[in-house]
Amino acid sequence: MKKSGAEIFVESLRHEGVKTVFGLPGGVVLKIFDVLCQQKDIELVLTRHEQAAAHMAEGYAKATGKAGVVLVTSGPGMTNIVTGLADAYMDSVPLVAFTGQVSTNLIGNDAFQEADNVGISRPCTKHNVLVKNVADLAQTIKEAFYIATSGRPGPVLVDIPKDVSTDKAEFKYPDRVYLRGYNPTVTGNKHQIRQAAEAIMKAKKPVIYVGGGAIFANAADEVRELAEITQIPVTMTLMGLGSFPGTHPLSLGMLGMHGGYWTNMAMHHADLLIAVGARFDDRVTGKLSEFCPEARVVHIDIDPTSIKKTVHAHIPIVGDVKAVLHQLNVMLRSMDGNPAEVKSQRAAWLKQVEQWRNEHPLTYRQDDRVTKPQFVIEKLYQLTRHEAIVATDVGQHQMWAAQYFKGSKPRTWLTSGGLGTMGFGFPAAIGAQKAYPEKLVLCITSEGSFQMNLQELATVAEHKLPVKVALLNNGFHGMVRQWQDLFYEGRYSASYLGKIPDFVKLAEAYGILGLRAVKPDEVEPVIKEALKHKGPVLMDIHTDPYENCYPMIPAGGAHHEMMLEDPPELVNARKGGAHKRKVDEGEGVLPA
Amino acid sequence: MEHIISVLVENKFGVLARVAGLFSARGYNIESLSVAPTLDPTTSMITIVTVGDDRVIEQIMKQLNKVVEVLKVVDLTETHYLDRETALIKVHTKPEHRDEAIRIADIFRAKIVDSSPTTYTIEITGDVDKVEALINLLKPLGIKELIRTGRIAIARETTRTASPRREPALLKT
Repeated sequence: MKKSGAEIFVESLRHEGVKTVFGLPGGVVLKIFDVLCQQKDIELVLTRHEQAAAHMAEGYAKATGKAGVVLVTSGPGMTNIVTGLADAYMDSVPLVAFTGQVSTNLIGNDAFQEADNVGISRPCTKHNVLVKNVADLAQTIKEAFYIATSGRPGPVLVDIPKDVSTDKAEFKYPDRVYLRGYNPTVTGNKHQIRQAAEAIMKAKKPVIYVGGGAIFANAADEVRELAEITQIPVTMTLMGLGSFPGTHPLSLGMLGMHGGYWTNMAMHHADLLIAVGARFDDRVTGKLSEFCPEARVVHIDIDPTSIKKTVHAHIPIVGDVKAVLHQLNVMLRSMDGNPAEVKSQRAAWLKQVEQWRNEHPLTYRQDDRVTKPQFVIEKLYQLTRHEAIVATDVGQHQMWAAQYFKGSKPRTWLTSGGLGTMGFGFPAAIGAQKAYPEKLVLCITSEGSFQMNLQELATVAEHKLPVKVALLNNGFHGMVRQWQDLFYEGRYSASYLGKIPDFVKLAEAYGILGLRAVKPDEVEPVIKEALKHKGPVLMDIHTDPYENCYPMIPAGGAHHEMMLEDPPELVNARKGGAHKRKVDEGEGVLPA
Repeated sequence: MEHIISVLVENKFGVLARVAGLFSARGYNIESLSVAPTLDPTTSMITIVTVGDDRVIEQIMKQLNKVVEVLKVVDLTETHYLDRETALIKVHTKPEHRDEAIRIADIFRAKIVDSSPTTYTIEITGDVDKVEALINLLKPLGIKELIRTGRIAIARETTRTASPRREPALLKT
């Protein structure tokens, strides 16, 4: 029996095991939405803005490892998801976005709500396709899911014209995919892996540097095994957090621009760097010419373009991180040398790292007047008993969360790394909560980021998703203000947010619980009450507007050139009132 | 250094845009580009001439390989190869220059494919040096219009590697 394109679409999603679709309807996708509402297997989450649909799908994908699915209409529906596509592309998030398109006979005619969806999304998708014939639809969907989730994952866009959704064709879901030009390498080259193993055995000051690739490859066990049998300390990128327990004695925490002093010092002095599913982003490397000056580099990645892109790899290994680490661990175990010996060999290096850690640990000074943002994160970390899935937005609060919220498990840390998309956190948390209704999902955000997608409070209220939003309200685009204080003589150009809504009233307007903590001693009770509450909560926590995030490698600096606290010029300027402080003139909702 | 890269792709719409977009998005330069179907009508061959150091060329090769519809990427500059380009050159010909133009074309075994009382259109096919040499000789007569196809290239069969063709490394000297 022949089926319409819309029915084929829904059947194909069912075959792919899709349970949830995030989207928003419109003219050319009405047929698909009409079929969707007549079945029970796939739930549609109606978002209030398409951008949020894309970020929800990202949150869903990051938390589950399955492809997130987006369904939006043509024209503005599609252009509104571009940010989500670009974000997913940078952070290798498996996403399949279905966009409506005007009927094939109208394409190119500047029809109502027409946009060149494939053209616009080309540079920010792993792959994209315009389906011109309903007979190709099932095959295209199968390929889209395969491409999105295999190799280095990424977003795939499938553009479906209106007539393709209404035309009919025989439906048979293909059981396999054959793409002539796409065949990711999985197993690593044995010779290269042997070289890596030998380099590891010889190294005196090695560091393992893990990126988001290890999480998408489900390689956390292999990373831990490698670290433990070789006694090598592990640092993680922002995307890699959770791939190795943050509380493990071998954990160095996050590296790079706001990484630990001990972490970046270890990088700077390392003689061997084992990069695992990471891509040497500029926020990680700092000044390239002085990056890990003494280290040989082993680079394991499934994407050959990541290797030798910015940093030379002496031992490149293309392959799936899990498969390659398994091969490497087997080889290391078969090599000479017993564990006790390895341990003693590494003792001096680990002692040195410990010394750096003790010299300059992460630090802040909490008084009883103004709440420090780091204090809030620490409280959240303690009171959630480290069990939460955490989604963050972008900026200072994100870096503090990365520093103080020590993840223990993969897929519990959802953040926008590569693109640095403000507005990501709240919808991402909703996506994760949709995937795991029973788990505690925490969104750590700030008033700047939150206001970019706050309309999704309606989605949370409608679906009764118990997301706990901790909003660190400092009245500023904090990271921008920090850079202005440090590098632009305190001229706060467009970083002060002025009129900030009353977030408690805002939450109540959407019918959810709003709480506020203005003083430090109110923080803990508010968090406790939020965690006790069954439904969604928005916590408006007022924090110090002038707290800066340290350590910091200034742009263009190297790993050993960290700023550890406000420089004396800044402290003096503040004392003299040289830095313009609109906030102190009584505007905005800020701590007394 | 200049590289000639052959990219075998699936013959589908949008593939050229994807390949060209990859160059523009990453700041790589395209010196010349030519595309046409191969013997197998489901595939097309894109020949790209580009310039970059070893690191850039390695990235270009990898990035091209990453495109789903790209089937094969070969840097011909790493092998022995033949390259050809066709140009159509419309030259002004004053009465006293008409013989000179024919003589120059003859020397290069180029053909005069169109003639008007005041112009000749000359067709030349050859490697880049030959095409440019002809253009330089015709310049004093006054070139009215010029169109070049961009280069196409093909690897030599391995049994013929002893041919007198210059080594790739010497190309730019």
